[in-house]
Amino acid sequence: MIDMHLPILLIVVPLVSAPLCVLLRQKTLVWAFASLVCVASLGIASMLLIRVLEEGVISYAIGGWIAPWGIEYRVDTINAFVLLLVSIIAAVLMFFALPSVADEISGKQHYLFYTAYLLCFTGLMGIAITGDAFNVFVFLEISSLSSYTLIALGRDRRALTASYQYLIMGTLGATFIVIGIGLMYMMTGTLNMFDLSERLPAMFETRTAMVAFAFLTVGMLIKLAMFPMHMWLPNAYCYAPSLVTAFLAATATKVSIYVFLRFTFTVWGAEFVFEKLKLDAFLIPLSLIGIYVASLSAIYQTNIKRLLAYSSVAQIGYMMLGIGFVSITGLTGGIVHLFNHALMKAALFLSVGCAVLRLGSSDLADWKGLGRRMPVTMAAFVLAGLSLIGVPLTVGFVSKWYLILAALEKGWWPIALLALLSSLLAVIYVWRVVEVAYFQKADDDSNVKEAPLMMQISMWVLTGATLYFGIQTDLTVNVAQRAAGLLLGVTP
Amino acid sequence: MRHQGIPRVVSKWLIAPILLFALYVQFHGDFGPGGGFQAGVIFAAAVVLYALIFGLQAAKQIVKPRIVETLVALGVLLYAGTGLVSLFLGYNFLDYTALDPDNAPHGQHLGIFLVELGVGITVAAVMIAIFFSFAGRRRLR
Repeated sequence: MIDMHLPILLIVVPLVSAPLCVLLRQKTLVWAFASLVCVASLGIASMLLIRVLEEGVISYAIGGWIAPWGIEYRVDTINAFVLLLVSIIAAVLMFFALPSVADEISGKQHYLFYTAYLLCFTGLMGIAITGDAFNVFVFLEISSLSSYTLIALGRDRRALTASYQYLIMGTLGATFIVIGIGLMYMMTGTLNMFDLSERLPAMFETRTAMVAFAFLTVGMLIKLAMFPMHMWLPNAYCYAPSLVTAFLAATATKVSIYVFLRFTFTVWGAEFVFEKLKLDAFLIPLSLIGIYVASLSAIYQTNIKRLLAYSSVAQIGYMMLGIGFVSITGLTGGIVHLFNHALMKAALFLSVGCAVLRLGSSDLADWKGLGRRMPVTMAAFVLAGLSLIGVPLTVGFVSKWYLILAALEKGWWPIALLALLSSLLAVIYVWRVVEVAYFQKADDDSNVKEAPLMMQISMWVLTGATLYFGIQTDLTVNVAQRAAGLLLGVTP
Repeated sequence: MRHQGIPRVVSKWLIAPILLFALYVQFHGDFGPGGGFQAGVIFAAAVVLYALIFGLQAAKQIVKPRIVETLVALGVLLYAGTGLVSLFLGYNFLDYTALDPDNAPHGQHLGIFLVELGVGITVAAVMIAIFFSFAGRRRLR
């Protein structure tokens, strides 16, 4: 019986646990409880993915109201994959959380921190699982509002302005999305995504459809931090607490990209978006410019968290580039990169978090000689950094391989070349950190201990995953290929 | 404003009816305009009025911040709990028919009633909490 209710349990378990955290209050107890919830969610998400791969689409009618009248949760290969990704990250980060949160968040706020964390997690999972367009917006707000809180909890006072800036941009994006959804509802009288996809084609010629699509797309692009709408991201990632940066970098933008995939391919359909409106003519150049501009900005940063944040903007460019190819290989590359980048960026931000715990700073200048002072942490940073560059045997290589393959498949070799050359920029910004950490002498020779074991567990699990999935690509690539086939309406 | 006669007397007169009106909007929401959200805001407005006239400290003595925080959580739990009850009774989440399978409309009615109560409690508590945290800020010198 419980099998039937898996989709709703995935959302309700963290949702109910969030207020329970407020009632529990006691620091360690709340942490243990939140960890348990994240692990349980991971279990449910894996069961869902296995079932979806075996049986196909799972649909759940909330309140017993059958779709399209009621809200439907609809799980297929694509969102099962995203759900698994988000729950893996949330669960793995919980080890890191105990010492890191104890260090960065004042003791009185711990239970509120975990409440917001679970709410953010609920929101992200909800966005991914729902098959109802308006429900996407509701969960988007749940995850966004809680992430504003989480960012504002950063130690630096600038975290407040960063959070506020994100709030303004995030609200703008969400408003655009809801205007788009409202217009779609006006035209078709339905909010169910599947139902929308059947009713919208009759409206394609109307101006309302164009306007709805435009609002929706711009809103989603703001949310996923597509260049040039990425300005909220570097500050938010830079000043948020270490744990929050890692969590958001690995999940929030990824879920937004999923929303983009869902709306453009499933709801509107590739034919309308890419053949009639030629969105790819806009997406591909912007992605490429984004990759270059953001990578160049990353090179000039003096704060490592900010450097990695700019690199995130560049990596989002790769994902959107893959999507812009509108081919099985391109989408596979985009989706695989979505998963892979989550792993490596989380690993990188966690290693920065370890250093921040001991040094109290993520300024490049303070990292002099860190290779000798915290060798284990820096080793993880270098390994995950290699992934970012796309060195063979790491996950970064796998996704870039598919992206370049997709470009060559289309005969667009200049794009393939540009994508390859951009990796050199990643070499430069990763090298800057490596150079400072390994080849410069520390200003003070005081001994620095390695980060606590709990933090290293999280860091190494993710770093290990970047290597494991770099060699063993069956799971990620197969699932991504099936997802790409589903999105394009062909079975590979 | 403690020393101003007219606001004191008028608000003493008004606070009880405001609270009553909040309950009316809450529980009559099934048949007329209203519901948990509006009722919660109206209820919180009474507390805010009390705090404005008699001071923040006095208001915090009546409505303790710790209790407000608990109520924020409890309202959500009541909502989700109603859904979980139907889940445990073998129906889908939030399928209120589960609450009275023999008489589905009655079950639906009861379900909406409980869920709206949850909404009302959380909204009122959140409004009060927001007011407390803003009013409690000291001015920077």
